[in-house]
Amino acid sequence: MPWLVLAFLVWLVGYPLLVVAAEAFGIGGPDADGPTTEAFRSFFTRADEWNAMWRTLWISVLSTLAAAAVGVPLGFLFERNEIPGRRLLGALVALPVALPPLVGVIAFLFLYGESGLAARGLQTVGLDVSWRLTGAWAILLVHAYSMYVYFYLFTRAGLSGQDGAAIEAAQSLGASRSQILFRVTLPRLRPALAGATLLTFMTSLGSFSAPYIFGGGFRVMTTQIVASKLNGELRMAYVETTMLALLAFGSLLLLRRIDPGLDLASGARGTPPARRRLQTQRARVAAAAGGWVLAGVLLLPHATLILMSLVPPNTWTVEAFPPVLGLVNYGDLLSSAERLRPALNSLWMAAAATLAAIVVGVAAARLSLRRGGLPGRALEAMMTLPWAIPGTVFALALAAAMSVNAPWVGRFVLVGTLWILPLAYLVRSLPLTGRSIFAGMRQLDPRLEEAAASLGAGALRTVVQIVLPLLRPAVIAGAGLAFITMLGDFVTSIVLYTYDTRPISIEIQSSLRIQETGIAAAYGVLLMVLSAAAFIAWDDRSGGRL
Amino acid sequence: MSLAAGASVRFDDVYKSFDDTVVLAGVSLDVEPGEIFALLGPSGSGKTTMLRLLAGFEQLDRGCLLIADEAVEHLPPARRGVGMLFQSYALFPHLSVAENVAFGLKVRGGGRGDVQARVAEMLELVRLGGFEARRIAELSGGQQQRVALARALAPRPRVLLLDEPLSNLDPALREETRIDLRHTVKQTGITTVLVTHEQEEAFELGERIGLLNDGRLEQVAAPAELYQDPASRFVATFVGRCSVLPGVVEARGAGDALEVRIGSQRAPQVWSCQGGGGIEAGDRVDVCVRPEALEIEALELAPGAKTGLRGEIEVERYTGSSSFYTVRLTAPSDGFGAAADSVSVEVAMPGAAAGLSGACVVRPAAQEPPPRVFPAGSTGAGS
Repeated sequence: MPWLVLAFLVWLVGYPLLVVAAEAFGIGGPDADGPTTEAFRSFFTRADEWNAMWRTLWISVLSTLAAAAVGVPLGFLFERNEIPGRRLLGALVALPVALPPLVGVIAFLFLYGESGLAARGLQTVGLDVSWRLTGAWAILLVHAYSMYVYFYLFTRAGLSGQDGAAIEAAQSLGASRSQILFRVTLPRLRPALAGATLLTFMTSLGSFSAPYIFGGGFRVMTTQIVASKLNGELRMAYVETTMLALLAFGSLLLLRRIDPGLDLASGARGTPPARRRLQTQRARVAAAAGGWVLAGVLLLPHATLILMSLVPPNTWTVEAFPPVLGLVNYGDLLSSAERLRPALNSLWMAAAATLAAIVVGVAAARLSLRRGGLPGRALEAMMTLPWAIPGTVFALALAAAMSVNAPWVGRFVLVGTLWILPLAYLVRSLPLTGRSIFAGMRQLDPRLEEAAASLGAGALRTVVQIVLPLLRPAVIAGAGLAFITMLGDFVTSIVLYTYDTRPISIEIQSSLRIQETGIAAAYGVLLMVLSAAAFIAWDDRSGGRL
Repeated sequence: MSLAAGASVRFDDVYKSFDDTVVLAGVSLDVEPGEIFALLGPSGSGKTTMLRLLAGFEQLDRGCLLIADEAVEHLPPARRGVGMLFQSYALFPHLSVAENVAFGLKVRGGGRGDVQARVAEMLELVRLGGFEARRIAELSGGQQQRVALARALAPRPRVLLLDEPLSNLDPALREETRIDLRHTVKQTGITTVLVTHEQEEAFELGERIGLLNDGRLEQVAAPAELYQDPASRFVATFVGRCSVLPGVVEARGAGDALEVRIGSQRAPQVWSCQGGGGIEAGDRVDVCVRPEALEIEALELAPGAKTGLRGEIEVERYTGSSSFYTVRLTAPSDGFGAAADSVSVEVAMPGAAAGLSGACVVRPAAQEPPPRVFPAGSTGAGS
């Protein structure tokens, strides 16, 4: 049984990567003429390819720094200070984590774009400014906006886990506030910050929506891959895919090496230090006002998206603010079966992928942790691998592997069928459900399964009646995250969708292309609402583990 | 009360290794139907592995396992008819007390009425009637242990296995629970094998005890025999308190009787001891002596005392019923090697605190059985 699950995972996760690497060398596939390194030589001699690699790296580094610059101070502000409305504001500030990247990107476009609400507003008050939200700085801005949440959440979690007694000990030894910050608090926050750095850097490395919408001529590896594929340069796309996979894997190993995961726990858990109360009424009001303004700024793009969804087609031309608002776009969206289809597609494909990811995740976790050994470690590695590899890489790998009919080597023509996108979603869901289910399973006392067995229960009954009910919070947490992510997926969809399976993200892109901004915004709001609803429901049921 | 029928259990030359570590090295053991048998031993001695082999959670490498004369080593846990009380209790936290107890009955396809009746019967047996609807988290440690026992007994297993059944309880609750547990198990008449590393628990619960060391059974005996007639130096030192003195056999008497010279060449003491065959005059031996088998006398009170090993009292511990003295022997090391120079013995004096200190003499108490003697440096029964 472990070998069967492992074989399925290797076929689904590892095999496509091997196929794409092999085809990059001209081995296998319809255009096999290898082995040859010609495409790689071409990659290394073309300036645009090198530029894309280099840009991917520095954009990721700067995005991580920018996200840290916003997220860490915010984490300190909300975790260490008692300001009015702290709980609500603290939750609002974390909200962008639940929203699909594409929604954030188009919300930014509508607010800060060339003809966005901000530009129009400034022009109305007589400031004749114009800018173009494009290129590296636009990507950085969107990245910082959408990824600061990782640093914010990790910082808060790290701070809440610190022992207040350590700070009191430092105070009693005569340390100043800055000395305490740099010598006590920050060193002990290192594991949390390292975790946030890893997550932000890897997310940025695989980021597609922002570079695709705002990049223009500024290409990073993900957009370069898709451009090569669209141009019919398949071999070059495979080479780029292989290089991006290596870059991602190398970065992961390097980042893990830099932070060896030192255990900085003192042994005693203790309680976190008490939050600082602002002394004067004026300070409290100022802090509250500042907090609300901040939350307003952070939520403004999404408010703009909602506003744009209410603008009927062809009614907003030169005015600063839309002259007419209504529900026409929503009416269009809901009344036409053709318009509603992407929403239904996204829903069923995300649900199917999530369900399959749960089944595979539970089977893999149970077999891996109970059996251990080589198959156990391999199972966990296969479940985790898609986390380290950008979505574009997997999309291309699946496109390469599943476009040839060679069942004897495990290749089937799935590209262009109903199945390829749910399968791709499944691959990307595996680390999300897997991480949560593995963690839940590790906490489960293995004696419970033995107790069930000693009472006469078979394996299936044990899983259904004992394991699954106890794993429910972990399953719900992982499944919730996977469902939300897949609901708004753009990066794999753009490579693998067909007209019949086009999801919401593709419809948003199509609507934008034909200037149907109201419809695009309405789809964006729909995605936002579905994601937020799923987030709230699952966060509630999973006991806040999402 | 419907009683579970007791079944015999047999381990026949059982071997088990994990990777390169031999955990059981040819263990053979018979447990009688209806008997409460305790497996006692230090951590890593193999006792839990024996229990898990019997339950079917581990597979043996070699040998045979029989329950009621039926080979079971190839049967899955669900088909062995074995109930188990886990150290952590392993109660299903998402089920109520009644649902936990009913689990094994429902698995076997019991009718609703039968299941309810059996659950009620089992909860009455463990004095938890009325707790049916409680959640597991609402119960105390002792109550959880009783639910786990009721759950294990409900499907009428042929054998009950108890894995360190009291280790998760407060010391204050242990004694009461121990009596309860023994009473409940005896009431059902089920064959019971329990694992513990605590001598007191094994002695109070077990009718017979198997003492394991390094994957071998050192001795299988009733508690009193294990204490009074240990088969090896390991048994003597693991069960109860025991001091070990180096000595040389002077002469062999009738039966097991031995005359053993202890102490220095200058002031030797000859003690009457007991030792197995194979020990001859002139052999170096270890003399194992219980604290209560020695008596102590302050030297200033008996300045002319000729008999006894001289020493200095290092520590006095008063436990209420006795005083325990740790005495460092002061005999010069001119006859028995360096070890004799650093030997301490423990002596128990029943009754009120005697308040002794300083120099003293120690000798065997006349009314106690003679000390046991084992070949010098031996550990296990087979060595």
